[in-house]
Amino acid sequence: MTSATTPPLLEVEDLSVVFPARRGGAPVAAIDGVSFDIAPGQTLGLVGQSGSGKTTTGRAVLRLQAIHRGSVKLLGRDLTRMSRSELRGMRRHMQFVLQNPYSSLHPRMTIAQILAEPLRVHKSAPENRTRERVEELLTLVNMDPATMHRYPNAFSGGQRQRIAIARALAVNPDFVVCDEPVSALDVQTQAQIVALLQSLQEKLGVSYLFIAHDLAIVREVAHKVAVMFRGRIIEMGAAGQVYDAPAHPYTQMLLDAVPVPDPALQRERLRRAQPERHFPDDETARGPCAFGEDHALSGTSRWHRVTAEHGVSCRFWPENSPLPAHDRAMET
Amino acid sequence: MLETEMSETVMSETGPLLRVRDLHAEIGDPRAPVHALRGVSFDILRGEAVGFVGESGSGKSVTARAVMRLAPEGAKVRLRGSVDFAGRDLLQLDESEMLDIRGRRIAMVFQDPMTSLNPVMTVGAQIDDIIRRHMNLSAREARARSVELLGLVGIQDPARRADDYPHQFSGGMRQRVLIAIAISCDPDLLIADEPTTALDVTVQAQILRLLLRLRDERGMSLMLITHDFGVVAGMVETVNVMYRGRIVETGRVDAVFAAPAHDYTRRLLAATPRLHRSGQAA
Repeated sequence: MTSATTPPLLEVEDLSVVFPARRGGAPVAAIDGVSFDIAPGQTLGLVGQSGSGKTTTGRAVLRLQAIHRGSVKLLGRDLTRMSRSELRGMRRHMQFVLQNPYSSLHPRMTIAQILAEPLRVHKSAPENRTRERVEELLTLVNMDPATMHRYPNAFSGGQRQRIAIARALAVNPDFVVCDEPVSALDVQTQAQIVALLQSLQEKLGVSYLFIAHDLAIVREVAHKVAVMFRGRIIEMGAAGQVYDAPAHPYTQMLLDAVPVPDPALQRERLRRAQPERHFPDDETARGPCAFGEDHALSGTSRWHRVTAEHGVSCRFWPENSPLPAHDRAMET
Repeated sequence: MLETEMSETVMSETGPLLRVRDLHAEIGDPRAPVHALRGVSFDILRGEAVGFVGESGSGKSVTARAVMRLAPEGAKVRLRGSVDFAGRDLLQLDESEMLDIRGRRIAMVFQDPMTSLNPVMTVGAQIDDIIRRHMNLSAREARARSVELLGLVGIQDPARRADDYPHQFSGGMRQRVLIAIAISCDPDLLIADEPTTALDVTVQAQILRLLLRLRDERGMSLMLITHDFGVVAGMVETVNVMYRGRIVETGRVDAVFAAPAHDYTRRLLAATPRLHRSGQAA
C-alpha cells in the first residue's frame, strides 16, 4: 500500500456531526467519531444503508456541513480551522460529483458555460484559454468538444454525468467526493462511468471518496472500503479483505443481500431462511466486548485489528455472532 | 358474467395466462412517432415468473404498461398486435371492461413507492378504497381485509399502522404497502416494474423474498421488469432480454446466464458488477 510510504492526502480524525433537535427531541448525532485516511491516487469506498451517515460524511469532509467535533486535513492543512476565504481557496483542491445528473447541471446554461464557471471562479485558466480548456475537459471525459454549445437536456444521463465529472475536474482537484455517482444510471452506462473515473484517476492521480449503497460497484472502484452503520464506521480495510472476509456481522449481512448474477446461487440465497438480525446499541455496555476486551477498564477504543490492513469495531455486535479470525498479535 | 368467467378458466388452463403477439407501440406525434415496441411476442404461463431485462429505453416498461393498457406518463400511445389475457384480447376491450381487469386480475407495482401513494390519505384508507372498488364489501370488512394484507406483507402491528400516512413509513415499508394494494384483489398476474431499484440492498432482498413467497402461496404469475441481472437471476424461470423495442433473446434463466446467445445479452452480463473478482460468490 502506498499509504505506508507517502503521507495521506486526506486525514479525517474523530469527525462528528450533530443535527439539532427537532420537535422537542434530543439532538441527533448524524456521524460520530469517524476517522479515515485516503492516500494520493487512491479510492476509499464508503458503504452502508441509507441513513447510515455516508452522505453527511462526504459533506462534512468538504466542509459543506457544520462539524461538531474532529478534524479534516487535506494536503496537511486542517480545513476545520480555516476562515471562509481560506476555505474558498482550498475548494479548488476538493470537488464533488453527485448522484443525479439531471438536477446537478443548470438547465439554462450551455455545457461551455457550465465548464467555464469553475475556471473563472478559481481563476485556474486565463480568460483567453477558457475555450481551449473546455475542449480539453470534454475530450478528457470522452465527449465531443463540438457539443459544448448545447444545453444539458440534449444529453443522456450518462453523458450528463460525464459533464458533471468534467466540471469537477476543471480546476485540477486532488480529491473528489463522488456521492452515488452512478446509481441513477443503467448497468452498461454505470460500467462506462466507473471505467472513466478509474482511467482519470490513473491519468491525473486524483483521490476519490466513493459513496455508494451498491456494494458491487464499490468493489470495482475502491482500494479501501469503510462500512458505516448508525453514523459510525464499523469496519474498514483493504477492499479485497473486507469483501472476501467480512469481520462484522453487519458487513456480512450487507454482502449476503447483494444479488448475484448466477441463477442457481441467487435462488439459493433468496430461499435461505433469514434470521432476524438485531444490532444492539451497546455504547454503554459493560464487561468484555465480543473480542473479550473490557474497554471501560482498559480505556482503549472499540476497534480491533483483523489484519494489518483490516479493522473492525466491536460495537453493534449481535449476541452469539461468531468472532472473526483476527490477528491477536496485532492488538495493542 | 358467470359463464364468461368459467370459460376464461377453461381457456387459461389450456393455454398461457398471457399471450402477447407482435406488439407494436408508437408514442407521441403520429407524424413523427417513437417506435417504442417493434413486434414484441412472449407468453407467461399460469404461476410462471418471467423477467424482462434491458436498459432504459429498451421497451421493457412500455411492454409492462401495454399489458395494463397504461401509457407512460403524459404520453399518447398507439398499440398494435394482440395481448391475450386468459382468452380475451385486452387491446379489443373498451375502457370500462379494462377497468375490471386492471387492479383486479392484473396488478402492478412501480419503482417509486412514494409517488404511487396518496400522501394525504392513511395507508389503510387507500387499501380499503381499492378493495371496495373491486369487491362488494362493507367499510368494516374492507378494513379487516386491509389489516390482514398489511400483516401478510410483513408490516408489524398492522391494525395500528393502517391509520398512519405514507410519510410515516420507510421506503421499504411503502413498497410493502404497494404490494399489499397490488395483491388485495388476488390478481392472476402481478407486474413489478423495477420494484426494488430505489431501495437499500438489504431491503431489496426482503422485498424480493416477499414477492417470491406471495407468488408461491398464491400461484400468481409474475412479470418482473429490471435492469439488474442479479435481481432477475433468482426470481424468474424465463428471461426476456429487450433491446430497442424488441426481445432479442429469450430462454430459461439458467440457460441464458450460462450461455447468452445474443451479443447484447453478453455485453449486459459482462457489465454487471460482481462482488468477488474470481466470479465465485461466497
